[in-house]
Amino acid sequence: MATLGDLERAVMDLLWEHPEAITANSLRDLLSGRPSATDTRPLAVTTVLTVLSRLEKKALVERERSSRPHRYRAVTSRAEHTAELMLEVLGSAPDREAVLARFIGTVSEGEAATLRKLLGHD
Amino acid sequence: MFWTSWLLAGLAIALAWPVPVFLSRASWPARAPFAAMVLWQAIALAGGLSMIGAMLFWGLLPLGGNLGEGLEGLRRIILGQESLDRLGFIHTFALSAAGLLTVHLLFTLWLTYFRINRQRRHHRDLLHLLSFPDAERPDTLVINHKAPVAYCLPGGSRSVTVLSDGLMALLSPEELRAVLLHEQTHLAQRHHLLLWAFAAWRAALPWLPTSKLAQRAVSSLIEIMADDVALRHVTKSTLVAAIALVASGSSELPAAALVGGSGEKIDTPATTSARLSRLLTPEPALGTGAQVLILSGALLLLAAPTALLTVPGLLH
Repeated sequence: MATLGDLERAVMDLLWEHPEAITANSLRDLLSGRPSATDTRPLAVTTVLTVLSRLEKKALVERERSSRPHRYRAVTSRAEHTAELMLEVLGSAPDREAVLARFIGTVSEGEAATLRKLLGHD
Repeated sequence: MFWTSWLLAGLAIALAWPVPVFLSRASWPARAPFAAMVLWQAIALAGGLSMIGAMLFWGLLPLGGNLGEGLEGLRRIILGQESLDRLGFIHTFALSAAGLLTVHLLFTLWLTYFRINRQRRHHRDLLHLLSFPDAERPDTLVINHKAPVAYCLPGGSRSVTVLSDGLMALLSPEELRAVLLHEQTHLAQRHHLLLWAFAAWRAALPWLPTSKLAQRAVSSLIEIMADDVALRHVTKSTLVAAIALVASGSSELPAAALVGGSGEKIDTPATTSARLSRLLTPEPALGTGAQVLILSGALLLLAAPTALLTVPGLLH
């Protein structure tokens, strides 16, 4: 069975593909149209709405309340989210090291010169 | 009590400044990373205990000859059975400082934990939307980005290792294995708990040389320990190649440029070059005798303030 996390990803993928706002019903139809290897049961609109409200809480999705039924859209594009993610990985926030451990930490310019020397590139 | 408080004060000062400075300049920690790690933990713990202990003992001086009598006297003052005048201004001040420092240290530990966890959760949310699981390796996620990046995100059973497309294109399968072994060692040896404790220690007392030096040393030592585990499964030249390739790929994408080129000075220890030079010109591991000596020293360091604090009337 597809987990809520998998559904969140599928919904976000669809919203990123459709920059214009879209209703939960159309999202359900699009999701059902996709071949799913593990889950063949039809998807309920309420499930899609649950996923959308979770994503809204995480500030990833916004809702257009002016129309009935409500339409949903991604807050920012996939590329912007990727940039944000990479910034968290590569950034130099004081706690970053404790949050996640990188294979190679930030290399300063001075250290890059030391590295080149060590490796015999100079 | 009088001498105990001065002994603890002496220990606190030694552990706050000369000892960590001395240790951070020593070259042996790279040859005995585990012993060095234990020693840094002992220095931090014993340092904190003796700071609090020195102020506590000195503050309790007017109330009795040992810790038991002193605490009993303090209890009566707090309950209003005796006047605060018995303590006097300076001793009251010392006791308050001891109490405040204790609360400050524990609160900072909790706050750091909370902040790190919140950042991890946020990162995990984004990560799961933007990555896809690696087909061959369990608990490994791949993100679409050209920068060669590998990292692990700790989180109990949800711990994952993350690789970028750029990294997978850059490295050979064997080099990739070295990277994965390195990252999985961080997770297996719970290095994030050490980083958390020392990040909190630094956040609590940022002006103290020991907290900054300890955090740098520890973050460097965990990399050395992870490299050592990787070396049990891959050859040294493979690991060197992986480090060199990822480091040169990363330096083309400096964090400063990503952050917006504000030109802020990035305060990072030169861990990567230390790792590389250690691999290229290896020195033998420290002898067992020396390592045992260091570990016993660390134990003694911890035992001293603990004994002075808990055994009443040890010194009069």
